Amino acid sequence: MNRIKSLFQQKNKEVLNIYFTAGHPTKDSIQDIVLQLDSSGADIIELGMPYSDPLADGPTIQDSSQKALANGVTLNYIFEQVSLIREHSQIPIIMMGYYNQMLQFGEKKFLKAAQEAGVDGLIIPDMPMYTYEENYKDLFEKHNITISFLVTPETSKERIVQADRLSSAFLYIVSQSSITGTASKATEAQKSYFNMLQELELKSPSLIGFGIKDYESFHHACQYANGAIIGSAFIKTLESSELPIKETVDQFVKQIIIPA
Amino acid sequence: MNYHVDERGFYGEFGGAFIPEMLHGNIDKLRQEYLQHMEDPSFKKEFDALMKDYVGRPSPLYFAPRLSEKYGAKIYLKREDLNHTGAHKINNTIGQILLAKRLGKKRIIAETGAGQHGVATATVCALMGLRCIVYMGSVDIQRQAPNVARMRMLGAEVRPAESGSKTLKDATNEAIRDWINNPVETHYIIGSVVGPHPYPDMVARFQSVISEEMKWQLQNQEGRDYPDYIMACVGGGSNAAGAIYHYLNDERVKIILTEAAGKGIDTGESAATSILGSKGIIHGSKTLLMQTDDGQIIEPYSISAGLDYPGIGPMHAHLIDTKRAIVQYATDDEAIKAAFELSRIEGIIPALETAHSFASLEKMKFHKDDVVVINLSGRGDKDLATYIEYLNDFSQS
Repeated sequence: MNRIKSLFQQKNKEVLNIYFTAGHPTKDSIQDIVLQLDSSGADIIELGMPYSDPLADGPTIQDSSQKALANGVTLNYIFEQVSLIREHSQIPIIMMGYYNQMLQFGEKKFLKAAQEAGVDGLIIPDMPMYTYEENYKDLFEKHNITISFLVTPETSKERIVQADRLSSAFLYIVSQSSITGTASKATEAQKSYFNMLQELELKSPSLIGFGIKDYESFHHACQYANGAIIGSAFIKTLESSELPIKETVDQFVKQIIIPA
Repeated sequence: MNYHVDERGFYGEFGGAFIPEMLHGNIDKLRQEYLQHMEDPSFKKEFDALMKDYVGRPSPLYFAPRLSEKYGAKIYLKREDLNHTGAHKINNTIGQILLAKRLGKKRIIAETGAGQHGVATATVCALMGLRCIVYMGSVDIQRQAPNVARMRMLGAEVRPAESGSKTLKDATNEAIRDWINNPVETHYIIGSVVGPHPYPDMVARFQSVISEEMKWQLQNQEGRDYPDYIMACVGGGSNAAGAIYHYLNDERVKIILTEAAGKGIDTGESAATSILGSKGIIHGSKTLLMQTDDGQIIEPYSISAGLDYPGIGPMHAHLIDTKRAIVQYATDDEAIKAAFELSRIEGIIPALETAHSFASLEKMKFHKDDVVVINLSGRGDKDLATYIEYLNDFSQS
């Protein structure tokens, strides 16, 4: 069974999904970061595929992507690292990147490589839902790779239902209208958006992302969804910490899951 | 064959809207409403009046006698350089600002390369009293200083794009990110026939005033309403799209598009997308773009900021793919030479972008009766600093 699907069968609240850009801060850090995230208590890993033009991302992820590319990270390198990780860990791994990366690699070849490496799911924010449904759904299923679509406060109910129907891992709830890494306090509008989503009684588990950075924001988000996604805050910590990488990762995860 | 956009926003296999969900609301609303607004008689009336009295249209179709003699054809210049603000860009910004008002938007953002679109956007925002923010690569801010000053004088805020190559591609990324962060009050005026559907079609329609006028101007001057050749430079491709729009399906008219070869196609410093590029996604559109084997977008190079773009509009990608359009390439040096030639034999200093199209004249084999229209998309005032560096090379002793 797909590792993400079995995770949600065992755990349906406070699921902690951590994103980082593969190959940042150093090219060879991917394995160390993932294995430490696993042992420190993260539930899902989202490996960012560094891209030259990440439209939906804020300065933190743009910067880490440029550094990872300068470090020489390629898609093949990420697949290799995932297969090495699979010798030690069965934590669910998602790759997140842009549609052009998959197109240029070759969609079939990409899905096959992902499956063989031990990747469980993909998030491709700029791949339209109809493109997935018409061209790729069968291929994803054949390779046992899940997909998650994003919904935002501007997404219509009709599209939310469609995103829920097509998402095979979880629904990615973008908490605010913004690029990644934008922090905000929970507003009344945001609460009513989250409540509306809950009332729709969607079939997919849901994770809330964008602007989550600490114990308080993580647990606040978890009141409205099965868990939450942290990205930019983790990347900033990796970048600025003076401790060894494993300690940095361990401290970061602990301050998210254990109250201060 | 139909070379216009289809119902789903595609030109053949190119085009579409490959955008993150955060942009979907705005793009979809635009897709549903743009034609309805553009076809509304009150919209047309307002648009036409501004085109006439504010932009100064119709732009002349000028028969260039000395250029014609030199290249052995009947060469006409479509004088978009005489428009208010000095280029074709204003045709589109007038249209989009009227659309933005009808959509109830209060804040306008734009990207700019050479600064012509930025100036045209700042101009219409001043005209309509809307707030204007223009993203411009920091490299372009350096090389197009007069246009930066013009935008500021017009009341726009010019925000430098510091990511990537710090040129047009990156300015576009920053504008898109701004729109993601400000989805409700903001309209994004894209300056070229690029981006997600409906932008390429919408911008082409606003620019199509160029070929609409060309038809009756040619009828008056040549006794037939079509030329044998239309020539235009292409970065994203908006001036070319406007110049060929009404002739897309008329195969009597040959389309010659000139791309910027920079220092030479094989030098690694070029913006010749159609030859160096492959199919992929850039700025929400499936088109031809310069990229690595791993799908990373390659930084282009051209002396001309307006052509320094690693993609090309999806309409053009389709025209090139189907061989409806023929592509020529002009290097920096060839463009400079052509700019001096036009200045010296017709008394017209063209924009550096436009000069690329004139550089292709040498490579063409015309019949003496051929009617050729070159779209003179912009004037060269903004490029004087660059031209001054070459004055000694072209001094007439």
